[in-house]
Amino acid sequence: MVKIKVENLTKIFGRPPRTVLKKLQEGISKEKLLAETGHTIGVNNVSFDVHEGETFVIMGLSGSGKSTLIRCLNLLNRPTAGKIYVDGENITAYNKAALKQYRKDKVAMVFQHFGLFTHRTVINNIEYGLEVKGIPKKERNEIAAGILSTVGLQGWEDKYPNELSGGMQQRVGLARALANDPDILLMDEPFSALDPLIRRDMQFELIEIQAKLKKTIVFITHDINEAFKLGDRVAVMKDGNIEQIDTPENILTSPASEYIKEFVKDIDRTRVLQAQHIMFTPSALVTPRDGLKVAVKEMQKNGISSLFAVNNARILQGLVTIDDAIRAINENLTLENILNHEYHTTGPETYVKDLIPLASESKYPIAVVNEDNKLLGIIVRVSVLSSLLA
Amino acid sequence: MSEFPGWIVIEVGKYVDSFVKWLLSNFSPFFDAISSGSMWMLLRFEGLLYWLPWWIVLLVVLLVSWKVKNLLSGVIFASLVFMIGLLGLWNLMIQTLAIVLTSVIISLFIGVPIGILMTYSNRVNSIIKPLLDAMQTMPSFVYLIPAIMLFRLGKVPAVFATIVYAIPPVIRLTDLGIRRVPREMVEAAHSFGSSSWQTLFKVQMPQALPTIMTGINQTTMMALAMVVIASMVGAPGLGMEVLIAVSQIDIARGFEAGISIVFLAIIIDRLSQGIAEKFKYPE
Ligand SMILES: Nc1ncnc2c1ncn2[C@@H]1O[C@H](COP(=O)(O)OP(=O)(O)OP(=O)(O)O)[C@@H](O)[C@H]1O
Ligand SMILES: [Mg+2]
Repeated sequence: MVKIKVENLTKIFGRPPRTVLKKLQEGISKEKLLAETGHTIGVNNVSFDVHEGETFVIMGLSGSGKSTLIRCLNLLNRPTAGKIYVDGENITAYNKAALKQYRKDKVAMVFQHFGLFTHRTVINNIEYGLEVKGIPKKERNEIAAGILSTVGLQGWEDKYPNELSGGMQQRVGLARALANDPDILLMDEPFSALDPLIRRDMQFELIEIQAKLKKTIVFITHDINEAFKLGDRVAVMKDGNIEQIDTPENILTSPASEYIKEFVKDIDRTRVLQAQHIMFTPSALVTPRDGLKVAVKEMQKNGISSLFAVNNARILQGLVTIDDAIRAINENLTLENILNHEYHTTGPETYVKDLIPLASESKYPIAVVNEDNKLLGIIVRVSVLSSLLA
Repeated sequence: MSEFPGWIVIEVGKYVDSFVKWLLSNFSPFFDAISSGSMWMLLRFEGLLYWLPWWIVLLVVLLVSWKVKNLLSGVIFASLVFMIGLLGLWNLMIQTLAIVLTSVIISLFIGVPIGILMTYSNRVNSIIKPLLDAMQTMPSFVYLIPAIMLFRLGKVPAVFATIVYAIPPVIRLTDLGIRRVPREMVEAAHSFGSSSWQTLFKVQMPQALPTIMTGINQTTMMALAMVVIASMVGAPGLGMEVLIAVSQIDIARGFEAGISIVFLAIIIDRLSQGIAEKFKYPE
């Protein structure tokens, strides 16, 4: 289900903003516009959907318009043109009161530099949104205490934000946003200010929390590893435009432009690609009924030294090697007698990272099967290794 | 040598005089209200301070200083006040304090809202800023002129002149304090659907409070600095003592009153700074 629908969204900085819309339609470049009229393009005619429960990551270099875009989603930035629908309602048409209500009920933001209220204790920071909503003290205290433990901050409630480490401060930021129980969580580079180890913890924690709460998350980062780790889908921005929106795997395997290729160059591909992305359909299979002769012939034809045997429903039965097959023909054995089980099997969603040790120790291909043991494809050692290269 | 031609001199004073007369005759209820309002407040403070037994005053100074600074400053400050009593200037001190307190409190009630308005409206800002600059560059004697024009002689014009002289810091620092609240923090407040009032009172004012307290400290010190000058329009108190001593070249009397003012200044400065300190949050 579509939660957020963005249509032809444009945001221009400079006054008055609308006067340059025409030039923009004619395709003037960002630099040229700045030089001619002094206007800056923040976001340029962008459209996309975010689905309910999805983690939608926006990625791009500094100045590409990520913050401008996410800030349009709670109208901290007023769009110059275009529409944003949330649950089917056009939020850009909201008046002041409706906007306040929207911010109280549906959407909360986590900021890059935390944006915590330094004059309030941790617990009072977390309660802020509830306080604005007018929820009684006792009730909001209970809610805040619950969230506090969700983000692992028990015992810190009466400290002031500046007494906490960066990682903990951002936990407070996250807790403050979660306390409102928003449908949509907007996160503008929430982990960029943290050092790498803390950052990994926070990413992990976000994944865990998201698995429980199933919010719709719009997450901004300029770190491609973070984007691919967290994102169900990733949008890559450049100069106010979205260059590509796709799943991490598809962006990795078929980047839409040189700009994106540049991005994915230094990604650890083995953590993104899964068995299903590098497996291929075997060129030959046998069924027990085919018999040994057919098996040998298939192997000869395809120049391979082993093949998988499946039944009519493609359920994996075992592996036939050329040596065993020839021996069996001489000794008058059947195919069932010589089925070999020394190969590895894996599910389609196993990450390549975890396949590397299997591939390097096994002399047979890896069989990719589903939970019914149905053969989906096979992975040979060379495809594991070549997936490491861009 | 040629003199400035006398025939082109215009007598602006006459026009100002008639303007003030016009003001007074048309808006006298307004000025009367201001006058009686500030007089009422002044008398309340005076009444309260006279009513308090002297040793209670000492005790309060001791305890407050102990609380915001330490016991030693408490003892020192209390003895300084005690010494003013020893010099026989207790009642004059109370008159002075009443005027200073009244001026400061009225300054806050006017100054803080103006400071807030300045942060919200660039128009207000561009009107008030040059006005404040002018107010601070003008010699303080000049304030006496509109004060006596509007309120004649006595305590009320003294309070008026003191306010005009002392109000700029609290306005400036309220404005500065609110402007300095980090943008992300204000946006965070907005992102939760806060109204402008909620943002102001839950985030901006608390954040600006340490800065505003510094403004209050400066305003108080300036109000105190004005006491001698304000006595020229008839404000009683230590300032008047100094003025009389100067006009009579009475060194003893001048010294006693002067040193009392210095004591008061030290105590008020330290205490209000100490209180401002208490409003800071952990960095
Ligand atoms: N308030 C503003 N006034 C004028 N120009 C702005 C404003 N905010 C952003 N811009 C401009 O809009 C463009 C996009 O900025 P934006 O902050 O969205 O980039 P970003 O992708 O978030 O970058 P970063 O990774 O550095 O945060 C930039 O050219 C920036 O200079
Ligand atoms: Mg940004």
